[in-house]
Amino acid sequence: MPKSWRRETKPHKFCPGCGHGIALKALGQAIDELGLQGIAVFGCDIGCSLLAWDFFDLDTVQTHHGRTIPVMVGLKRARPELICIAYMGDGGGYAIGAQHLVNAATRNEKITAILINNTQYGMTGGQMAPTTLPGQKTETTPYGRDPEITGYPTQGPEMVAAITDERAYVARGTVARPGQLREFFKRALQNQIDGRGFSFVEVISACPTNWRTNAKETWEWVEKLMPTYFRVGELKVPEALRGKGVEVKDGETS
Amino acid sequence: MTGNEVVAWAALAAGAEIMYGYPITPQNEIMHYWTRLAPKYGRMFLQTEDELSAGFTTIGGVMGGRRAFTATAGPGNVLMQEPMAMAEMMRLPVVVIIMQRGGPSTGTVIYSQQEVTLTTLGGNGEGFRIVYSTAGNQELFDYVIKAFNTAWKYRFPTFVLGDGYQAKMREPLVIYDPEIRGLSPVPTEPFLGKPGVPGVDRLPGHYRNTYNTEEELYEVIMGLARAYEAIIPEVVEFEEEAVEGAELLVMSHGVVSRAVKSAVRALRRDGYPVGYFRPITLRPLPVEAMRRRAEKVRRILVAESAYGQFARLVKEALYGLQVEIVPLFKPGLGINPEEIYSRAQELIKGGEKGAEHIAATHA
Ligand SMILES: Cc1ncc(C[n+]2csc(CCOP(=O)(O)OP(=O)(O)O)c2C)c(N)n1
Ligand code: SF4
Repeated sequence: MPKSWRRETKPHKFCPGCGHGIALKALGQAIDELGLQGIAVFGCDIGCSLLAWDFFDLDTVQTHHGRTIPVMVGLKRARPELICIAYMGDGGGYAIGAQHLVNAATRNEKITAILINNTQYGMTGGQMAPTTLPGQKTETTPYGRDPEITGYPTQGPEMVAAITDERAYVARGTVARPGQLREFFKRALQNQIDGRGFSFVEVISACPTNWRTNAKETWEWVEKLMPTYFRVGELKVPEALRGKGVEVKDGETS
Repeated sequence: MTGNEVVAWAALAAGAEIMYGYPITPQNEIMHYWTRLAPKYGRMFLQTEDELSAGFTTIGGVMGGRRAFTATAGPGNVLMQEPMAMAEMMRLPVVVIIMQRGGPSTGTVIYSQQEVTLTTLGGNGEGFRIVYSTAGNQELFDYVIKAFNTAWKYRFPTFVLGDGYQAKMREPLVIYDPEIRGLSPVPTEPFLGKPGVPGVDRLPGHYRNTYNTEEELYEVIMGLARAYEAIIPEVVEFEEEAVEGAELLVMSHGVVSRAVKSAVRALRRDGYPVGYFRPITLRPLPVEAMRRRAEKVRRILVAESAYGQFARLVKEALYGLQVEIVPLFKPGLGINPEEIYSRAQELIKGGEKGAEHIAATHA
């Protein structure tokens, strides 16, 4: 158990098999390894991420749907010495809060944003999200998502990489490779520690509850299906971070 | 100096450290002046992408222990209610300056008193917030300073409700150092990022906005309600004049109360028994003082540049009393002393005429 996890609140509140727990473990390890427990502040959103409101031995604020980024931006601007982590779902980051993500990235806000991509809205019971796969059945696309009507899945890291300057760090990890994910988090946090700029990690994650999948199907979904739409790897690495830590090449999925 | 400039100077005098804002008329110059002053005094500014963000970044700043504020108007005030609902839930000392413009929706960019309901009760909650309604530039200066202290002392979101006229009007002003008047700034304290390692040296601060059960939420809200009720006697403010022996009381707030005051002075001079009453805090409302005055008069004329938003608050405050409430509602328009004079004169002379009017208006 990572040192920065709060033991008193474990076992955690996520459904069995949920990807949030794995992502938060990798984040806890990254925080431990970088020794950030005394200065990191964790902001979570509404959506299943809110279940992490007492997850860490870190000062934490849980805000409304989509507003985690501005809360952390406001904190970072006021207290630049803190390491501010905004943690949200794909609804919170790509739908309701998209303007905050886009503008924080454009302004190169020196925070770390982590976004859990589970291809739908978990907390509200499995509706379509901007990341829902073509053909995927959700409560609001009961016949499968039709891209003619609702478009294709949002390519979040690709978008963030395109609109940020060279000081940004952008990656997409997966709960199927927690070690790699931890390295992505570490580099994303290092980018903030160095005061360089915005860092963003999307995490391919699982929601067996709303997918209505068993263990085997869940992992097939995460490992085989999702990476066909969402390329795992680092999309943008500032010069100073290259060659440090585990080198992960663009598009690498191993 | 214009009211907007006054606000910037007042925020500076109050020790405000950071402003987060998004442009909307008629409050833009608050940001214009602040961005000119801030770097000279080591203060900060961020122009956000919208008012949702301005409100939430202000929350972030406040949670970091900084005297942070924002300012908005009209549709921006609508967006501001989402972050303010969170500030209400968490009892965050956020300061917001509102310069009311006409509504609904985009309305006019000029003037109105139509943001009373929104500012006092606008969130999806009970309205545990403090709202000062100012009447001019000196009060803008005084109450912006006071708002920071009220906010940090009582930890409820605090609003200064000005308007388009005050924002743009030039008036003489006495600028002072609050310390010299014994108004030392109430100390701030971080909610997040306190000294020490959480879980090692201290407990982590875990702030949330979402509760799992009805009972849990009930406890939280009742706690807020008790805290809010307890501070009401310390927080409420009002102003009254010529109330002794009055048969008619004219009630108003904000800039309109200046017209009322001069009308009441003229009426008294001409021998009409008319009094003046003005709540300065619209939330909490000085209910006791209002009832005390209302009990002694036959009628109350409510003058406001809105279609009854303030009057609704008055009616609720006076519920059960035998007093007629007569409206003088001019949404989006200014009200001058002559109109108030002649309406009051009519009511004093014309016996039951006022009652007919209210019946017609509220049918
Ligand atoms: C303003 C607002 N609109 C809608 C909701 C309802 N809501 C709560 S969680 C949620 C979806 C969350 O989905 P996502 O961000 O993808 O996170 P997940 O639950 O999948 O982890 C929605 C729509 C809300 N709480 N607030
Ligand atoms: S609903 Fe889905 S995302 Fe939410 S906790 Fe359960 S498995 Fe995880």
